[in-house]
Amino acid sequence: MFDSLLPAVSQLITDWYPLFNSLRIAAISTVTVFFLGILAAYYIARLPRLLKGVLDVVLTLPMVLPPTVVGFFLLMLLGNRRPLGAWLLETFGIQVVMTWYSAIFASAVVAFPLMYRTARGAFESVDPTLRYSGQTLGLSNTYIFWRITMPACRQGILAGTVLAFARGLGEFGATSMIAGYIPGRTNTISTTVYNLWQTGQDELAMKWVLVNLAISAVVLLAVNMLERRDFLPTTRVKRPKRSEEVA
Amino acid sequence: MSLELKIRKDFGGFVLDLELSAGQETLALLGGSGCGKSMTLRCIAGVVTPDEGYIILNGRTLFDSKKRINLPPQKRLVGLLFQNYALFPNMTVEQNITAGIRGKFSRDEKRRQCREIMEKFYLTPLAAHRPAQLSGGQQQRVALARILISQPEILLLDEPFSALDSYLRWELEQELMRVLQDFPGTSILVSHNRDEVYRISDRVAVILDGRVDCCAPKQELFSTPPTYQSALLTGCKNFSRVRRLDERHVEALDWGATLTCSLPLDETVCYIGLRPHFAHLTDGPGENVVPCRVLQVIDNLTDIIVILATPGGDSGHSQLYLRFKRADWQPYADAQTVSLRLDPSSLLPLHAGAIPLEGAE
Repeated sequence: MFDSLLPAVSQLITDWYPLFNSLRIAAISTVTVFFLGILAAYYIARLPRLLKGVLDVVLTLPMVLPPTVVGFFLLMLLGNRRPLGAWLLETFGIQVVMTWYSAIFASAVVAFPLMYRTARGAFESVDPTLRYSGQTLGLSNTYIFWRITMPACRQGILAGTVLAFARGLGEFGATSMIAGYIPGRTNTISTTVYNLWQTGQDELAMKWVLVNLAISAVVLLAVNMLERRDFLPTTRVKRPKRSEEVA
Repeated sequence: MSLELKIRKDFGGFVLDLELSAGQETLALLGGSGCGKSMTLRCIAGVVTPDEGYIILNGRTLFDSKKRINLPPQKRLVGLLFQNYALFPNMTVEQNITAGIRGKFSRDEKRRQCREIMEKFYLTPLAAHRPAQLSGGQQQRVALARILISQPEILLLDEPFSALDSYLRWELEQELMRVLQDFPGTSILVSHNRDEVYRISDRVAVILDGRVDCCAPKQELFSTPPTYQSALLTGCKNFSRVRRLDERHVEALDWGATLTCSLPLDETVCYIGLRPHFAHLTDGPGENVVPCRVLQVIDNLTDIIVILATPGGDSGHSQLYLRFKRADWQPYADAQTVSLRLDPSSLLPLHAGAIPLEGAE
């Protein structure tokens, strides 16, 4: 009984490997990008205009570059014979290309600008007088960040996280370059769909397309439900608009 | 209890450059929007850093560019009431107020302090409300309570009533005056409303274009404003450029008349001002009588507004904007011309102040 179950389970894991792999890649890269994006947004929003402009361009580039170009850059950096990749391989024995976690780099780099930009927009839309009043009341900057600023731009940050997750889940170009397509080892939903289609297995490809659609729908639904749980338990009273004096 | 400050900050195009001192009193900064009064408060609070100068509160140096001292806002013990009150939207009234408590207290002690001040500001029934559920007046009370619980050494009030309708304004003004009377330190009120300033403050500094135009006790400033700008802000509507003849006489260039003035005229006088209520209609010629042509008569709710052309012309500063009691104007209702007697004691000799002479038009 048990003997016959084991192959069935391992078969199941092999069959659903792309789903499992895609989800863990997207999840890990989203968590990474969540913190990095917020950190970058928070500090860059405070920089002088010129530096802000330059960093903004550099950090947003992966969003507008073709994923293959991102993949090329990553390979140039992390490939086994490239400086960083060779060092990692020699010192720690870690190979960072052609493994399942290679795709995390690809997803994170491509998803980062989405998190960074939405978070920055959210931070900049927070009324600065909230921070000022917190400071004059003696609250520490850390307290102000976590208890006042973050809650105030919760929606923007949530939106950025979801976008980053969706983008990470759907990453194809850079992923296929840095992680390749090794069935049961590095294949994700998107690379699987491509390969199945290329080898003429349209019906199987359709199965994965549907799986992907289902995940995306669930994610978006979750966001909508989260957004409705607002600060106010019952009614929302609109505050009257106030013109804020410049000087 | 005192505040001494001299600061300068260049905002690129706009320069804030002023010197102020205040004792245990309420000092009002009166000026139009964009003149730098709110920015001054932000510099004192430490959320904006001046380029140079010093700020000394009760003997403590908060900022000194020469000594390289710049205390963070957290350590300045300054209570700043923002125009929009800046309540934390994600916290309840009670949490907002508790956030203002400085120092380490037990949870029970914090709750006790918070309850006490909520009681004082009639906020107890609203303890669990979020700021968005409160009216403008209630928001202001929460903001004030939150500031007072932090035990500041100075109160800075930035246009405290601008976000309220006129009915609420009055009620809150009374409440704020009570708070200011109980407050042991210096208070600074920023406002563009002269009535409010007159009622609340002890001394008034007129701010113009980032500089102090003049500073005087309120009665003095409102009865005999020393400068063009302070006269304008205290409700004077008629101005004429003048040529000084002697200690008591000027030629009002824009009005085309030679006038006697009971306030002494020094060398630097460059305008003469006349408040809208201070002209009398007369029948014959005499001292300070100016013949005028009626340009427009406007029936106002409580009085009659009359716009007149002086011998100096019928445009710009040559026009006079005056208000008469209905009964006083009645006999002249159909007149094309009238004779005005300008009481020598009602003419205000004015200096240029912070603006140059050519800014007259």
